[in-house]
Amino acid sequence: MNAIYDFSILTGGIHEWLSGLMSPTAVMITEMVIIGTLLIVFVALMGLVLVLAERKVAAFFQLRLGPNRVGPWGSLQTLADFLKLLTKELITTKSADKFLYNLAPFIVMLTPFLALGVIPFAPGLQIMDMNIGVFFITAVSSMGVLGILIGGWASNNKYSLIGGMRSAAMVVSYELSVTLAIMTMVIMTESLSLSEIVASQSDGWWIIKGHIPALIAFLLYLTASTAETNRGPFDLAEAESELTAGFHTEYGGIKFAFFFLSEFVNMLVVASIATILFFGGWMPFHLPFEWAVGFNHIMDFIPGIVWGFGKVTFVIFLMMWFRWTFPRLRIDQILNLEWKYLLPMNLVNFLLMALIALSGFYL
Amino acid sequence: MSTIIAYFKGIGQGLNTLWTGMKVTGYYFFHARKEIITMQYPDNRDTLKIPERFRGRVVMLHDQNNEHACNGCTMCEMACPNGSIKIITDKILNPETGKVVRIIDKHIYHFSMCTLCNLCVQACPSNALAMDNSYENSVYDRSELTFVLNQPGSKIRDNVKD
Ligand code: SF4
Ligand code: SF4
Repeated sequence: MNAIYDFSILTGGIHEWLSGLMSPTAVMITEMVIIGTLLIVFVALMGLVLVLAERKVAAFFQLRLGPNRVGPWGSLQTLADFLKLLTKELITTKSADKFLYNLAPFIVMLTPFLALGVIPFAPGLQIMDMNIGVFFITAVSSMGVLGILIGGWASNNKYSLIGGMRSAAMVVSYELSVTLAIMTMVIMTESLSLSEIVASQSDGWWIIKGHIPALIAFLLYLTASTAETNRGPFDLAEAESELTAGFHTEYGGIKFAFFFLSEFVNMLVVASIATILFFGGWMPFHLPFEWAVGFNHIMDFIPGIVWGFGKVTFVIFLMMWFRWTFPRLRIDQILNLEWKYLLPMNLVNFLLMALIALSGFYL
Repeated sequence: MSTIIAYFKGIGQGLNTLWTGMKVTGYYFFHARKEIITMQYPDNRDTLKIPERFRGRVVMLHDQNNEHACNGCTMCEMACPNGSIKIITDKILNPETGKVVRIIDKHIYHFSMCTLCNLCVQACPSNALAMDNSYENSVYDRSELTFVLNQPGSKIRDNVKD
């Protein structure tokens, strides 16, 4: 890996400069404020970009043009929408449970923030390198459904309640598959720290090194995580055509924007995890062979941040492709898919991966 | 055993159909540039092409002799779910046969109530009605939306049965 692309040089420099100016406690507080601000800006920006991308991609899938009036190619459309949502009056419906109703959007928004905290996007570009990063993410991501359920319940509206309940039934089941698919890969990586998982793929991505079980695990992870983010074809928590808007029917203004944004940031988190586990995070494309040294060396010249975000974009595109192709599943079909297909396949795949790891039959 | 085979067959078929769908949408996505069907209407007004089957409003077809095919049978009036059509007939004496025959006096069409469902066109036994391709039909006063479909001075074509 080329050292010039390492962000820890930049962050280390800032840290030393701050340390020269003030006491260690003050440095820590300052850094926390800076990182928090950067994270909020990053999430807001990614939200705007992803919503626009979704609308454009959806339009092209349906042979439409998509937003094209505000700014060149409609690039300012989501900004305009965001400003509109920001300036709207915040209302609480009369029969809603006030406290829970106002709490739900924050819980939903908190989840991707916590998850983003441990994800390495580029060399050195990671807020916190936990040695149990994978465990932390799976634990935190199960909190999102809590917000959806609370929002659905507290709105005191039948559509919201049905949406929230459906979402709970679905996410609780699919969490098993997501976690099992992740565990399948952890057998290979032999570490729960996300940065070490990335480092273990410096000679080739796991989807290539782990061949068949890794490929199956990737497909299972992609399916289950699409369901976990409540996106189509598993978007029956919102189900516009049957439940008006599902769990966020009664929300408006910036509270609605939180729900909306969290869906997209969750997608980013899920795609980042897929990238880290299967496509080597920010690692350049390397072939695990002797003769490929020259090729590997050329790949090193593309910065890690380009690799990282490029692969995340690819996975997000796949998820958008799913959403705009497949019809929505019924609740019984969804639970069937999980308990009768994904879960058994995951368990078998888990065993297969363990056997392959034991026999050393991987690259 | 057969259930196990059916299970795996189901998975295979599922994946296959999903891939078929993704191929279709994927083709659209990557060929979006030349296949996009959106017309940017007010911008392309000069080059706008309206498809032939577009339903603008109901008209009565007249030939060059200012003759139409409507005999005033009121089928269209009965077929219309919104009551947008009112037929006013008249009776005249046919000088040749000495019989009293019914003719159309006014075929009144309220465009303001019409949902362009095409039912009247289909109901007409003598194919006197049709949909035209007009657009930008908005006006400033509601009364301007009431039309008399048979043109002034027009009369029924000879070969139309009663
Ligand atoms: S198109 Fe439908 S609504 Fe309009 S006049 Fe004919 S039958 Fe009535
Ligand atoms: S337009 Fe057709 S259906 Fe209507 S009154 Fe005339 S002949 Fe009958």
